[in-house]
Amino acid sequence: MVEGRRKKMTKVLMKGNEAIAEAAIQAGCQAFFGYPITPQSEIPEYFAREMPKHDRLFLQSESEMAAMNMCMGASASGARVMTSTSGPGYCLKLEALAAMTLNRLPAVVTIVMRNGPAFGTMKASQEDYRMNGNGGYKIVLLAPSDVQEAAEMSFEAFDIADKYRNPVVILADGMIGQMMGSVDFDKMPPKRKDLPEKDWALHGKKYRGGKPVLHLPPMGTEHFKTKHWQETELYPDIIKNETKVEITDVKDADIVLVAYGTAARMCKAAVIDEQPGSVLKIGIIRPKTLWPYPYKAFEEIGSNCKAVICAEMNIVGQMIDDVRIASSGRWPVYHVGDSENDFLMPQDIVDKVHKVWEEVK
Amino acid sequence: MSILYKRSKSLNDSPFTFCPGCTHGIVLNTVMNVIDELGVDGDAIAVGCVGCGGYMPWFMDIDTIYSLHGRAPANATGVKRMNPDKIVFTYQGDGDLASIGTAEIVHAAHRAEKITAIFVNNTTYGMTGGQMAPTTLAGQKTTTSPYGRDPDHCGNPIRMSEMLATIDGAKFIERTAVNNPANVRKTKKAIKRAFECQIKGLGFAMVEVLSTCPTNWGMAPLDALKRLEDEMIPYYPLGNYKDF
Repeated sequence: MVEGRRKKMTKVLMKGNEAIAEAAIQAGCQAFFGYPITPQSEIPEYFAREMPKHDRLFLQSESEMAAMNMCMGASASGARVMTSTSGPGYCLKLEALAAMTLNRLPAVVTIVMRNGPAFGTMKASQEDYRMNGNGGYKIVLLAPSDVQEAAEMSFEAFDIADKYRNPVVILADGMIGQMMGSVDFDKMPPKRKDLPEKDWALHGKKYRGGKPVLHLPPMGTEHFKTKHWQETELYPDIIKNETKVEITDVKDADIVLVAYGTAARMCKAAVIDEQPGSVLKIGIIRPKTLWPYPYKAFEEIGSNCKAVICAEMNIVGQMIDDVRIASSGRWPVYHVGDSENDFLMPQDIVDKVHKVWEEVK
Repeated sequence: MSILYKRSKSLNDSPFTFCPGCTHGIVLNTVMNVIDELGVDGDAIAVGCVGCGGYMPWFMDIDTIYSLHGRAPANATGVKRMNPDKIVFTYQGDGDLASIGTAEIVHAAHRAEKITAIFVNNTTYGMTGGQMAPTTLAGQKTTTSPYGRDPDHCGNPIRMSEMLATIDGAKFIERTAVNNPANVRKTKKAIKRAFECQIKGLGFAMVEVLSTCPTNWGMAPLDALKRLEDEMIPYYPLGNYKDF
């Protein structure tokens, strides 16, 4: 594995997109394949500037689809690889991304979500939570909520991908990608030890005593065996080790807000707006991983709780289904999202809290 | 007694599963014979496709990765960029390369990717049961052109070699056929040169091999070879379109 660069970069002000790219380079990303699309274009631009300085590869592909397939080839060759896009490109990448789960090829894919469907608007959104390719599989979804966390998750994503030989998606929204924030690159998560050797990398059979490596889709019974192994061993292992969540004040909460990414920041702002003069106690559950989903966090909600509100930057709720599963009928579950005028704002959440409280108190 | 034709040592022991009379076997064996002759089997990485050509990985005794439909040139780009000193080639049919994968093949050529593409053109989708391909000849009956391909309705067959030869990054383009021993020998020569183009690091190389599909054409193998000669070659002229 190529060591990440030891750039003297302590605290710097960066866009979320740039922080994701820089952290990936520090994590030892050897190849980036990408295609321009708002609001993620600073990621390929950053790689285009920085990768040649470190004798690593930046390549602009002819499409998002091609970029993901290039990742497939480079990953099968043993490299740490990344690509990034927004929702419209995510659809196109899913064909290869899904295939890479079955072929057990690691890669990190950053999705900086905007409002859809199709080209939709350029506004930030959280509408690609459910997006899935064909076939049954799971991918670790990391959901950063500020620029520092975006960097940390990007840095750690490569280790997670290599550890489980499974792609990892960083699911950021357009606000996380576009906003500036301070990043301390001395505070990256520790590099994981005991990552498996990539003895399956394509380098020509003479490097393996004449025994060829075959990256073929498992056929016949092997196909079923592979997926059974994933469902019964790999995924439970990931659920056990990688589920991450931030829980705030849920023990004695009257209402619990559930949100990730920028929507979670808005929830925090809403709680600050709501608290003075209010008798309502509001807790927040912020999943940092969307798969594995932190269902168990909901067990910490105290007996005072009357309702759970899922706040998302969308109109057709997506994470709300997981919130319903996690709530298991213990509390009514509500959605608050984009208004008719703009994306979700803290005031929308405050208004929703009051409206819901009137119903459930 | 001299050996005139033998199974390449870069193939494994699995018997080919192509239909009787299909010329895929000849093309694949020819590619692997070239790899044997160049002595690069230890450094070769094959990139497969979807379609009958997609069976190829199961028969070869070299490093291999399969691709999604049409994406082999993008996949091979990733492999080659991480393995610049290895020999990377794709093996694609006409549905794969000339239809769903046109963007990938054009841009691999455009970037002058130092890969070799083996393009097997049999004017139909073989694996899915003989549907019309962009390469299907005018008037040719297939399951999705049951009244014969009508150019007014869906265009004339696409000529990929001529098109790719216009691209700067393509450094070697040749169209050959495997309908008779002389053409098989020419095919082998062209494939060897296409690999040499890559070994010299010059840029993209492709050999289009006109091939038969007796099963889906509804023909006996010998009739299929005759059709290749009488109908395909006049529309798809054999020859070199770009050389270095």
